[in-house]
Amino acid sequence: MHEFSIAVNIVDIAIEHAEKARAKVVTEVELEIGELSGVVYEAMETAMESAIKGTLLDGAIVKITTPEGRARCTACNKAFHLDNLFDPCPYCGTFSPEVISGKELRIKSIIVE
Amino acid sequence: MCGTCGCGQSEDAVKILKPGEDQHSHSYQHTHEHDHDGEKHAHDHDHEYTHAHEHNHDHEHGCGGDCGCDHDHDHGHDHHHDHDHHHGHHHHDHDHGSRQIEIEADALQQNNMAAQRNRGYFEGKGLLTLNLVSSPGSGKTSLLEKTIKSLKDKTSIFVIEGDQQTMNDANRINDAGAPVVQINTGNGCHLDADMVNKAVKRLEIKDAGILMIENVGNLVCPSLFDLGEAKRVVVISTTEGDDKPLKYPTMFESSDICVINKTDLLPYVDFDMEKVREYALRVNPDLKFFELSVKTEEGMQPWIDWLMNEQKELAG
Repeated sequence: MHEFSIAVNIVDIAIEHAEKARAKVVTEVELEIGELSGVVYEAMETAMESAIKGTLLDGAIVKITTPEGRARCTACNKAFHLDNLFDPCPYCGTFSPEVISGKELRIKSIIVE
Repeated sequence: MCGTCGCGQSEDAVKILKPGEDQHSHSYQHTHEHDHDGEKHAHDHDHEYTHAHEHNHDHEHGCGGDCGCDHDHDHGHDHHHDHDHHHGHHHHDHDHGSRQIEIEADALQQNNMAAQRNRGYFEGKGLLTLNLVSSPGSGKTSLLEKTIKSLKDKTSIFVIEGDQQTMNDANRINDAGAPVVQINTGNGCHLDADMVNKAVKRLEIKDAGILMIENVGNLVCPSLFDLGEAKRVVVISTTEGDDKPLKYPTMFESSDICVINKTDLLPYVDFDMEKVREYALRVNPDLKFFELSVKTEEGMQPWIDWLMNEQKELAG
């Protein structure tokens, strides 16, 4: 259940920035978690809900944007949508995609008061 | 809260011990704090849960099988959200206005930074560090025992053992003749760079050599946590399904080496060696394979030779 561990890290980062800004409360946190990041969204939501309790983020809205998996084929150089890390290039059939998006695991911003 | 799995345990519930140091055993069922050997343990699984609406429920948290966490949380929800702020401009005669702060940080930046510190230390020491990951039961510890026996007269070899509980693996490694430190993660499903940093200090490594880190048996969670290793080694065995690389692509994608163990059982199991290689290469075209049997030692020599070469290259 690494989602909890990631959630705790996210909360730490958010608190660090909120304290630096002398914020009293964090009302929203925006995350970017790609489709190929290895994180289960439902587990991540539950983990965030639990990790923010009793912190400056208590009660904050957690917004998660989910960039799609995209790759460039290292053989034919064409870009395509990638559902799984083991999918072949739809143009030439080669199995060596270079992932260009979808692995994001980021905290983008917070809204504070 | 425990930073590893988010349960109610204090982070200090992670124990780092050498063989012989675990003088008393206790279950994790009690809810009190105590000290031994200067390490503080807290075992409290009550979460004070607050929420935007009122309700009460009790439920069990399991981790869907991938980390084995199985603990009870009592969530007493009792919280009123008095959001009495107005977003109109006319009401802002105090400095409570909402403002957005751009962060744009990797969620795992803390672990990644700690991992880079570890990596620098390992490289400076000339210490080839491997992170061994696998499902439980693939034979990581047995592979380490045999590797230690083959290498201990040729180079210094050190081990960090990661398990949720017990000193069993550390005791086996100790008997095989390598300095070892055990990390018990409690409910945690993976090692992180900070645990490795603490454990490696206890090893008091003086020489160049090889450091093997045996991660918690789990093909999911450890994949996202860089420990500072030079190479990640995923171990699978012929008693597992040959579609493991497709089921756990993130782990195979993040690994450099794939050891396929228990080849002596190939005549008795439905395991297609060609297929597993093909699947693994789909996920990671750069993966390097070693097929071996720890039991019969067939195929062990190329693995040992590779370790020695890598160590030499690293030490310059």
